Amino acid sequence: MSRDPSEPVIETRDLSKVFGRFTAVDRVSFSIRRGEIFGFLGPNGAGKSTTIRMLCGLLSSSSGTAQVNGHDINREPELIREAIGYMSQKFSLYRDLTVAENIAFFGGIYGLQGARLRDRTATVMTLAGLTGQENHLTGTLSGALQQRLALGCAILHEPPILFLDEPTSGVDPVSRREFWDLIRGLSARGITILVTTHFMDEAEFCDRLGFINAGRLIALDTPARIKTTTGSATLEAAFIKLAT
Amino acid sequence: MKRFFAILKKEFRQIRRDPLSLGLLVFVPAMLLSLYGYALSFDVKHIRIAVLDDDQTPESRSLQDSLFQNPYFDRIATITSPREGAGLLDHGRVRAVLAIPRGYARSLARGEAVNLQVLVDASDANTATTTIGYFDALSDRINRRVRFAALTHAGVTPALQGVVLEPRIWFNPELSSAKFLVPGLIGLLLMLSAVVATSLSIVREKERETMEQIMVSPIRPRELILGKLLPYVLICLVTMSMVLLLGYFLFGVTIRGSFLLLGLTTLLFLFAALGMGVLISTVTRTQQMAFQVAVLASMLPAIILSGFIFPIQNMPVAIQGITYLIIPRYFVEAIRGIILKNASFIDIWPQLLGLLILGLLFNLLATGRTRKTA
Repeated sequence: MSRDPSEPVIETRDLSKVFGRFTAVDRVSFSIRRGEIFGFLGPNGAGKSTTIRMLCGLLSSSSGTAQVNGHDINREPELIREAIGYMSQKFSLYRDLTVAENIAFFGGIYGLQGARLRDRTATVMTLAGLTGQENHLTGTLSGALQQRLALGCAILHEPPILFLDEPTSGVDPVSRREFWDLIRGLSARGITILVTTHFMDEAEFCDRLGFINAGRLIALDTPARIKTTTGSATLEAAFIKLAT
Repeated sequence: MKRFFAILKKEFRQIRRDPLSLGLLVFVPAMLLSLYGYALSFDVKHIRIAVLDDDQTPESRSLQDSLFQNPYFDRIATITSPREGAGLLDHGRVRAVLAIPRGYARSLARGEAVNLQVLVDASDANTATTTIGYFDALSDRINRRVRFAALTHAGVTPALQGVVLEPRIWFNPELSSAKFLVPGLIGLLLMLSAVVATSLSIVREKERETMEQIMVSPIRPRELILGKLLPYVLICLVTMSMVLLLGYFLFGVTIRGSFLLLGLTTLLFLFAALGMGVLISTVTRTQQMAFQVAVLASMLPAIILSGFIFPIQNMPVAIQGITYLIIPRYFVEAIRGIILKNASFIDIWPQLLGLLILGLLFNLLATGRTRKTA
């Protein structure tokens, strides 16, 4: 794929999702460049997960358009699925399978096999810091290790785009910090990352932020510029100013 | 195909790691078969009888002898008043009271009509009907003997015996209800375990959110469903063999027909039953709910509407129409044919067609509902 690096990898225009009479996502427009870490920030129920789920093809959109890796989310969801990795806050692994079996399974459903699967397995095991624990049952691992394994499973097929939905909830601060090191490493290799969080300290690690509140995008800029334009010392203060 | 094998392999690994569920799938049907096989019986034997003999003659005693010589009647009490008999019936100690009137022997000898009274407890209509039938046969026998004696006495040698019924009982010569019930039970139990197991296995993934992780992958719904179903097809075939073996060892039910045809019928049945399990999993969210819906949707119709116990031709027309949608209806009839009657493909093709159509229906509905985008 030889594309202009400045060309947006993810782009939405007036993307909306309505559940009955409740508008979960209200005309959200943004674009994300290749290799960028884009943070979606906002309180629970603001519409962060709903937006990600529409971009992943898990949820249909009500109106507006969105493209992921050049493919329309409603017309070519299957092509998008090849190009994305997805990890949610639930670390959706099989707790009754071993580490190696989980990796083999997720590799399998992405069609990986043979040398490539072995190669990717080794890479992911190193990245997740799980080498030597291949035969441990996943359910017996600590929360932080499960989180790393979930991330590893999401990038087995080397997707150019990674969606992380609240990936650090339920993990201790030190592990959260280490996890963000992993994410920055992936970004440095050109992977585009869309991450949602409600931790303001994590937002500082993002290249650009979208503040979302009650389904609306209320700010879209770099962390530094958001703070300057609102005249706030912290992102938290900026958010409160913008949201009220 | 690679993706299908990934699902298949994972499914087997999870099943292997959960021997309890596997054991339940295989052994619960076996246990239920032995339980139901013994408890469910339509054979009416050992009917408890009280006798009121007001005649006390050799003839009245000979009547009683012929009554209690067979295993159908047991003498529980010999009573002396009708009130006593009513009491025994009221308390359920006996199912029937036979009253032989004073003058029974005399009237018989004179060629007069004798009223032989039988009080029958008909709270169980089935047993009552059978009891009356046995008594009917008994009085016929007595009448024949009396007429024969009278004619001989009059110097006529009755050359003609009239109509003599000669029943030849096919397929189940001992008239044992186990032979009729066991194939039906197999259908019921297999239906139950197939539908419950598949619906649970899919809803479990929804509950643990692993389904979402599968849905964001490029896997196709049919690869997913096939990969999840195939292991259960194999398990259900093991269950089927187990239940057939038990049917043979415990109830003497042998398979008279072709094993190949039995296998084909079972596969078609599983195609339909597992499709129904998947369909249930698409409309339920929790394992608990899926379990309840699966039990209700598989077991109740299998008992009531499949012809397993209640003959379909005796149902009201509207209900008969509904039975066409019941998977075990076709399966029970087909395997009864194969197991008891050595039925051939020609005999049971309508049932096989029914299973195929229902299978296609359920699987198309299920695959259609397993859309990847909500």
